[in-house]
Amino acid sequence: MTEQKIGIEVSRALAIAVKLANVDVVSAYPITPQTHIVEHLAELVANGELDAEYIPVESEHSAMSACLGSSAVGARTFTATAGQGLELMHEVLYVASSMRLPLVMAVANRALSAPLSIWGDHSDVMAVRDTGWIQIFAANGQETFDSVLCAFRIAEDQRVFLPVMVHLDGFHLTHMVEPICIPEQSKVDKFLPPYQYPLPLDPDKPVTMGAFAPPYVYTEAKKAQQVNLTAAKEVILQCWREFGSFFGRYYSSVEGYHCEKAKVLLLVMGSFSETAMSAIDTLRGEGKEVGLIKLRLWRPFPFDEIRRAVRDAEVLIILDRAISFGGPGGPVCSEIRAALCNEDKKPKVIGFVGGLGGRDISPDGFKEMINRGIEISQTGSEQEFEMFGVRE
Amino acid sequence: MAKPEGEITWKDLEIGSIVTDPGSASQYQTGGWRTQRPVYDTDKCIKCGLCAIFCPDGCIGQNAEGYFEADLFYCKGCGICARECWTQAITMVEEEE
Repeated sequence: MTEQKIGIEVSRALAIAVKLANVDVVSAYPITPQTHIVEHLAELVANGELDAEYIPVESEHSAMSACLGSSAVGARTFTATAGQGLELMHEVLYVASSMRLPLVMAVANRALSAPLSIWGDHSDVMAVRDTGWIQIFAANGQETFDSVLCAFRIAEDQRVFLPVMVHLDGFHLTHMVEPICIPEQSKVDKFLPPYQYPLPLDPDKPVTMGAFAPPYVYTEAKKAQQVNLTAAKEVILQCWREFGSFFGRYYSSVEGYHCEKAKVLLLVMGSFSETAMSAIDTLRGEGKEVGLIKLRLWRPFPFDEIRRAVRDAEVLIILDRAISFGGPGGPVCSEIRAALCNEDKKPKVIGFVGGLGGRDISPDGFKEMINRGIEISQTGSEQEFEMFGVRE
Repeated sequence: MAKPEGEITWKDLEIGSIVTDPGSASQYQTGGWRTQRPVYDTDKCIKCGLCAIFCPDGCIGQNAEGYFEADLFYCKGCGICARECWTQAITMVEEEE
C-alpha cells in the first residue's frame, strides 16, 4: 500500500500526524483557531485510536507546564495553541528550551488583542521569537503535516534536544480542506525512532532540573543554549533531506520560486507565500524579472541561505504580518536587513507590514505590493517600512 | 560540580544545565548576603527551638550543650529568629561590629 492522499481539513490532518508520531502525552487548552487540532486529538484518544494521555488543563500556562513534566520523564509530548494562548505560555516557553525538552507545539498563528481578533497574523509568533525554540513555518497543508513529523525527529535528535514550534496560519491553513498525503504507520515508525532523553526524571537516578544558576554560571548556560540552537540548523537540514528520501517531498530553510535572474524578489512567510506565487506567475507572464522567496526556518535563522538567495537581486521586498510598534517595522524585515548590512553585494530592502488580523492579500494585492516596492526603490525614498492595504 | 566556580565553561554543563548531584545546593554559601548576624544570650535561652522552627533557611540547629545556633555559612541575617524569640535571647548585630 502506498500513502493515501485524502481531502481533509489541515487541523485534522495535523492531529493525524501527531497520532502517527505516536505521542505519549498531549496537554492543551482549546483556543480559536487551534481548536480543531486538539479536538481531534482528544477524539482519537477517547476512541482508543491513540494510546496517549490527554491532559485537559485550565490554561495555556498550565498546558505548557504539564508538557515540561511529561517531556522531562521521557514521554513524547505535543501541544498546540494560538495568539493569546501562546502569550499566556510565554514564560514557560523559555523553560522548555533552556531545559532542552524536545516537545512539539503547533501554533495556529493569530493576531493579538486589542482590539480582539481571532484571525490570523504573525504577532503571536514574533512575541515569542526569542524564547529559544526551533520555529518552522508551513505554507500549506502538506507542509504542515510533514513539518510535524519532522519536528519530532528534529527535537528528539541527540544533537538537538530542543522544543519545536510548527507555525500554520490561523484559518488560512487551519480551517482549509486540502489534499494531503497520509503515510503508513510503519513508514513513519521507521522515520521516527523512539524518544530517549539522556537524563530523564527518574526516582532511581535523581537529577535536578531547572535549578537556579548564580551569576558565575548563568552566562555559560545561555552560551550553551545559543551554540546548541545554532548548531541545530544542520540537523534540521539533514532531517529534511532524509524526509525527502523517505517520503519524496523535500524541504529547505529558504525556498525560491522563479528566483533565477530575478531583479526583484518578494519574501513571505507562511501560507501567504502560496498566494504570492500566483502574483509572481502573472508578473513573469508580463515579462517582469520577479521571484519569490519563502522563509520556512525562522529559528535558527538561516543567515547563509538568506544571503545567498538575495545576493544577486536589486530589490528585496519583505512582507511582515506583525508590527514592532515604534520600532523598525516588521521583525522579519529588520532581521534580514541586519543579516545583509555587512554584505558587499546586497539588494535594496523594502519593508511592508500587512495581512494583519486576518486581512487577506490577494494575488492582485501582491502584484500591487511588488510594483509599489519597485517604485519606492526607484525614488530612493525607502523608509523603515510602509503599511500595506491600510485605508488612509 | 567538580570544577571551582570560576573555571566552569559552557561545555562543562550538563544538557539543560541539569544538576546530577542531588542536594548540591548545600554547597552554595548564602551567608555572604548577611549584613547582620544573630548573637545569643545563653542566660536567657530556654532551648525551646522556636527560632529553628521560624528560620526560613532552616539553618538553625542545636549545639553540643543543647543551645540553638544559626549556621553562619547559610544564615542570611534576616532577623526572624530574633523577632520570634520569646525570651529575647537573640540580638542582631551589624556584621562590622
